Amino acid sequence: MKNLIAFIFLTLFICSFSFSQDTTASQKKYQKIPSVELKGTDGKTINTANLKNNGKPIIISFWATWCKPCINELTTIADVYDDWQKETGVMLVAVAVDDARSSANVKPLVDGKGWDYMVLLDINNDFKRAMSVNLIPQTFVIDGNGNIVWQHQSFSPGSELKLIDVVKAVAEGKALPKD
Amino acid sequence: MTKKYFLYFLFIVPLLVFYSQRTYSQVVQNFLNNSQVHGNAEIDAQYYQKDTIIGAPNVPEQALMNAFGNVIYTNGAFSAGLRFEAYLNPMLGYDPRYKGMGFPYKYASFTKDMFDITIGNFYEQFGTGMTFRSYNDWTLGYDNVMEGINIRITPIKGITIKGVWGKQRFFWAEGPGIVRGADAEFSFQNFIKKFEEKNVNIIVGGSFVSKYQETQDNTYKIPANVATYGGRLNFIAGDFNIYGEYAQKINDPEANNNKIYKQGEGLLIQASYSTKGIGVYLSGKRLDNMDFRSDINATGNVLNINYLPAITKQHTYALATFYPYGTQANGEIGADAQVIFTIKKGSKLGGKYGTNIALDFSQINSIYKERVEENIPIDSTGTLGYKSPFFRFGDQLYYQDANIEITKKFSKKFKLILAFYYISYNSKVIEGHDKGIIYSSVPVADLTWYITKTKSLRFEAQYMSTRQDEHDWIMGLVEFSIAPKWIFTFMDEYNYNNPIPEKRVHYYFGSVAFTQGSSRIALSYGRQRAGIICVGGVCRAVPASNGLSVTITTSF
Repeated sequence: MKNLIAFIFLTLFICSFSFSQDTTASQKKYQKIPSVELKGTDGKTINTANLKNNGKPIIISFWATWCKPCINELTTIADVYDDWQKETGVMLVAVAVDDARSSANVKPLVDGKGWDYMVLLDINNDFKRAMSVNLIPQTFVIDGNGNIVWQHQSFSPGSELKLIDVVKAVAEGKALPKD
Repeated sequence: MTKKYFLYFLFIVPLLVFYSQRTYSQVVQNFLNNSQVHGNAEIDAQYYQKDTIIGAPNVPEQALMNAFGNVIYTNGAFSAGLRFEAYLNPMLGYDPRYKGMGFPYKYASFTKDMFDITIGNFYEQFGTGMTFRSYNDWTLGYDNVMEGINIRITPIKGITIKGVWGKQRFFWAEGPGIVRGADAEFSFQNFIKKFEEKNVNIIVGGSFVSKYQETQDNTYKIPANVATYGGRLNFIAGDFNIYGEYAQKINDPEANNNKIYKQGEGLLIQASYSTKGIGVYLSGKRLDNMDFRSDINATGNVLNINYLPAITKQHTYALATFYPYGTQANGEIGADAQVIFTIKKGSKLGGKYGTNIALDFSQINSIYKERVEENIPIDSTGTLGYKSPFFRFGDQLYYQDANIEITKKFSKKFKLILAFYYISYNSKVIEGHDKGIIYSSVPVADLTWYITKTKSLRFEAQYMSTRQDEHDWIMGLVEFSIAPKWIFTFMDEYNYNNPIPEKRVHYYFGSVAFTQGSSRIALSYGRQRAGIICVGGVCRAVPASNGLSVTITTSF
């Protein structure tokens, strides 16, 4: 019996070895966007796994109306968003983790700030949990195939330069800049 | 034996490997390709120093730690995960009943056809949570996660039915009551084509939640089954959005309502109009005897079945967070109005970059109460408690907040935020100490200087004037950041005008934070004043402390 178990493990080990040869470094395996049903500010339900941008990169930014650095980040990006879109075709999805206390105030704040982002309401924090987000702001870059290729926690002025560098590399299919 | 094994090995393994390269491998490979593992972790630890001046106690363990780690495995429609938590021992300000460690959160879920089923622990919410919400807030030390079964059914797009059945977490055990509930939501836009074209939607929903707890009481007949039920309606037309939710609770004499037999009710209305450049938001709320828990004897922040957040604006500047509002589930009536707008770029007031202005006013009062019968005092145990006309405000002020925040970028180099808060806070109702109503005025200036593209300096100056409680405070902060990795902060809060001269002390605090991708480490040293943190409807008192603390967070 022991032998049989050892045998199975050995076989699995060898098989897995043969798999690992298939996935070379250039085909690094990335996480996909998990599937969670969220409402937009227009009340329409969207499945996060279906977020698409015609093969162009997507930025997913977790924020809340009560989070100062988050608002700083989204305001900073708003100033250059037109240029970013022209250069890379990127789309920013701002996921508000506000609960019932302030989620109804998300759209007025977004409009009042004049932001042009796609905004989703993660009122029960399902998407936040599925994406393993701990502290906000946390920002993700998704490539044209729906792979999560980069993420970053916190914001300070200038962090957006790193973000656009990553987005540009993704848009052009180049290697990501070093962290 | 070894020989035999070797023979097996010689013949079968190459065969298997060969086979695996073909079909078997594809199955396994697909499985492996769909397999994803991710998670996150956080460690908070502090080394405590006794500091009698600010009231920081002696900590026998010297250092305390709270930590958690989540691991989630997903494979297509299947997902499973667990969270480990350790409190060795719980940090000051967290409930000591967290002491220990274990796996309070473990679940498996799968989606098949129209079903989405989770077994084990789950977080779920009906509507805004007025009848049911299980949630977790790490900074608050709050977790009422359910253990049981959660099902979501989507028979067709536009209809969602949810069901929950289980028990709630109570530190390292479960609460005594069984919680059962169902919720249905219907979105008209999915069925009426015209709505889609005209950007109109009506969403209606209804929920029913019931709790069962075996009860023994020698004096009163306590209902073992207690139900809440509610309905909600959301009407959206382009830039307009109106949401209303109403819920009732049947008689539920329990520890927090003085064991009265009155029915409970709650109403929440939120309305907004917004279009690019301006947003207006109004909300109104009335709660009457809506505390609802899976243990009638529970008090404090435990075993809440429903979620009743405050509608007041949550502030972030330190001195403006001194006196935060906490929901009064037993009775409150109030409203909040907010306007936010941007003065256009290029106009006189807007300047080169535009100016953003946010205004907010909120007021919360007691509900009006009158005697049920002439000779029975209000809130008498074992009676119907009181009568309360629905729209009549009580004469007791709980909280009032008027504030303005102006954000203006002057040039590529400078951005300034000016803010002013005037807050009236009923300390007796919210905190339970009788300092009466505390009136505070807080002006704030927050200046960012963009030195280079990635280096910036931020200065905060805050002042709080009050003639009650600890009287006036002044606060200054300097923050230097090198994007995207480093942030250095130094601040001092000074209670310079405390009526007790010995308490006129400085609260120095310095910290360094380093971020690498999705990981962050922060070290800080200094004094932290006693205060209250309120998130949503729950508040936690934080005692004063002095010492060195570290926070590590990472996600993968």
